Amino acid sequence: MSTKNLKVDILARVEGEGALYVKMKDQKVTELQLRIFEPPRFFEAFLRGRKFNEVPDITARICGICPVAYQMSSCQAIEDAAGVLVEGPLRDLRRLLYCGEWIESHALHIYLLHAPDFLGYDDLVHMAQYYPDVARRGLRLKKIGNDIMKLVGGREIHPINVKVGGFYKAPSKEELAGLEEDLKWGLLAAIETVRWVSSFSFPAFEREYEFVALRGAGEYPLDRGRLVSSSGLDIAVKDYEQYFVEEHVEHSNALHSIMRDRGAYFVGPMARFALNFDLLSPLAQEAARSAGLAGGCKNPYRSIIVRAVELVYAFDEALRLVKSYELPAKPFVGAEPRSSTGYGCTEAPRGILYHRYRFDDHGLVLDAKIVPPTSQNQKSIEEDLRQFIEANVEMDKDKLQWHCEQAIRNYDPCISCGTHYLKLDLEGA
Amino acid sequence: MAAAQKPKLAVWKFASCDGCQLSLLDCEDELLAVAGAIEIANFPEASRAVSKGPYDVSLVEGSITTPHDEERIHAIRRNSKVLVTIGACATAGGIQALRNFKDVAEFTSIVYAKPEYIETLNKSTPIKDHVFVDFELRGCPVNKYQVVEVLSAFLHGRKPNIPNYGVCMECKRKGIACVMVASGVPCMGPVTLAGCGALCPSYARGCFGCFGPKDTPNTAALSTAWGGLGVSEAELVRAYRTFNAYAEPFRKESEAHEH
Repeated sequence: MSTKNLKVDILARVEGEGALYVKMKDQKVTELQLRIFEPPRFFEAFLRGRKFNEVPDITARICGICPVAYQMSSCQAIEDAAGVLVEGPLRDLRRLLYCGEWIESHALHIYLLHAPDFLGYDDLVHMAQYYPDVARRGLRLKKIGNDIMKLVGGREIHPINVKVGGFYKAPSKEELAGLEEDLKWGLLAAIETVRWVSSFSFPAFEREYEFVALRGAGEYPLDRGRLVSSSGLDIAVKDYEQYFVEEHVEHSNALHSIMRDRGAYFVGPMARFALNFDLLSPLAQEAARSAGLAGGCKNPYRSIIVRAVELVYAFDEALRLVKSYELPAKPFVGAEPRSSTGYGCTEAPRGILYHRYRFDDHGLVLDAKIVPPTSQNQKSIEEDLRQFIEANVEMDKDKLQWHCEQAIRNYDPCISCGTHYLKLDLEGA
Repeated sequence: MAAAQKPKLAVWKFASCDGCQLSLLDCEDELLAVAGAIEIANFPEASRAVSKGPYDVSLVEGSITTPHDEERIHAIRRNSKVLVTIGACATAGGIQALRNFKDVAEFTSIVYAKPEYIETLNKSTPIKDHVFVDFELRGCPVNKYQVVEVLSAFLHGRKPNIPNYGVCMECKRKGIACVMVASGVPCMGPVTLAGCGALCPSYARGCFGCFGPKDTPNTAALSTAWGGLGVSEAELVRAYRTFNAYAEPFRKESEAHEH
């Protein structure tokens, strides 16, 4: 009988925000913990007592990489509490802004964070020495996403133009038309990106996941929809907490989400793709088919291809929205919640982001609940690692370490910064 | 070897949203050129390559909120020739400094089912409360062009050209009509440091203080003017208590209206 401990200190050199701890016995994993040390910041606590119209600017600060997602989910929840649904050109503008964030975030992950793994480089800068054109393409794609956010949102990180009910100022038709040439280039470059990433080699690894995503009415989900799953769940957003619960485990400062009586589930591009393939634009569907994804994708290492397919969709959709845009009569509609509760859920680049707020009769927050995508995926990440390590116990240390890093990065977690270094210690006990 | 003589840059993260270090990667047009001129020696968000210190310039994002981070910042200071803090978290404690006005144990119990698992300090504090800081670059988030300016200034041994005047100056230069005077919209521009390019007023919105207090801000006069626009005392407290709540002028002004 042999016992082995596997300790992976993520971000070893900055004594980082996350680590992986694995205990093994007879080549079986007996304990596995993905530890998140990211210090707690208590957003749900200090939102209490804030006025409804201050909420989107505050929740944006939860994440510098997907602030629009936080603004969109909170606006939707607040408007729900006010009994208002934002439609027409204002909703289109929101979708356009969201496309900007998807483009920026997906291009960042594909080109700067994930692709270097597959090609064996430390980072984009090293990769650029050998693939200068590819690196420049990635940066330009990312920049176009930022340009959309800058124009519609005012700036790339923590946009200032988003308001409950719409926007402070709507851009003119001419301003949006200025994006068109870049979007056309980006659409082609995104298709090229799908081709490029599908040529990488991927570890053979598949699991049966329960995919959870929004399912839009007639369009690929960004800003609204019902919550559906690959095992038949189909609920309204307001029923989220009846089906999903958060657990607080000792080894992590991020709460773990599970489905009641069912356990781990999977959110993000692979889940959206699995549940909404028919709603992708024809060009995005074609790109997916030519990349060999027609039969779906259950290998998380191949999520980089799915992300690239969504990049095609985001450009296609942005182009459609820019072309059809008409200046709204007013940049916002009135929405003031009073003594009510509202629910919101939108698709952040990394998956569903749920918000719930309860307001008093002055429109002040009584309590708030926010469930980010990374905490929903945490259990799936742990289960992937468990299965991968058990199947590859004999793999040499450096290679196993690298694949463990990648297994975490497959999910594009918000601690992806923290998962770039893994130090692997194998200790015989 | 020429490559070995490139100045070394390190980027460090404490409690924050990652947005300020993302600004560096948002310099899409400049990134490869900057990477050619310096060695990115420690920047986990961008690279898995790491080289040892000492570092010529360390950029520090985030605030100090845990006992462990309180220790870690000292090690980083010892290993850095120049230490520059970036963003509202690192320079003022960030939005998480809202705990400083409350009981952190209560906050923990609101968010976490098992507060005993959480290790956190009572206060979120800026880096300068713990170690000597060579330069503070403000903003929530920082302006990426200001980051490039500060980096290039320190690498050339000159003073960074970063203004210390208020947002009003930027409005005047851009020819934006004063939102407070012309439209009666409460605006924090008169007491807030410039750097965003008067972003909110150019979107028909009042400034909400992302860059924190400017030099010698007259917050009392601004509060009186806001009162004239019908803003209540409670609203004033909240206006000063956002991303730079613990910066002294904003903290004191908010406390003056808390009854």
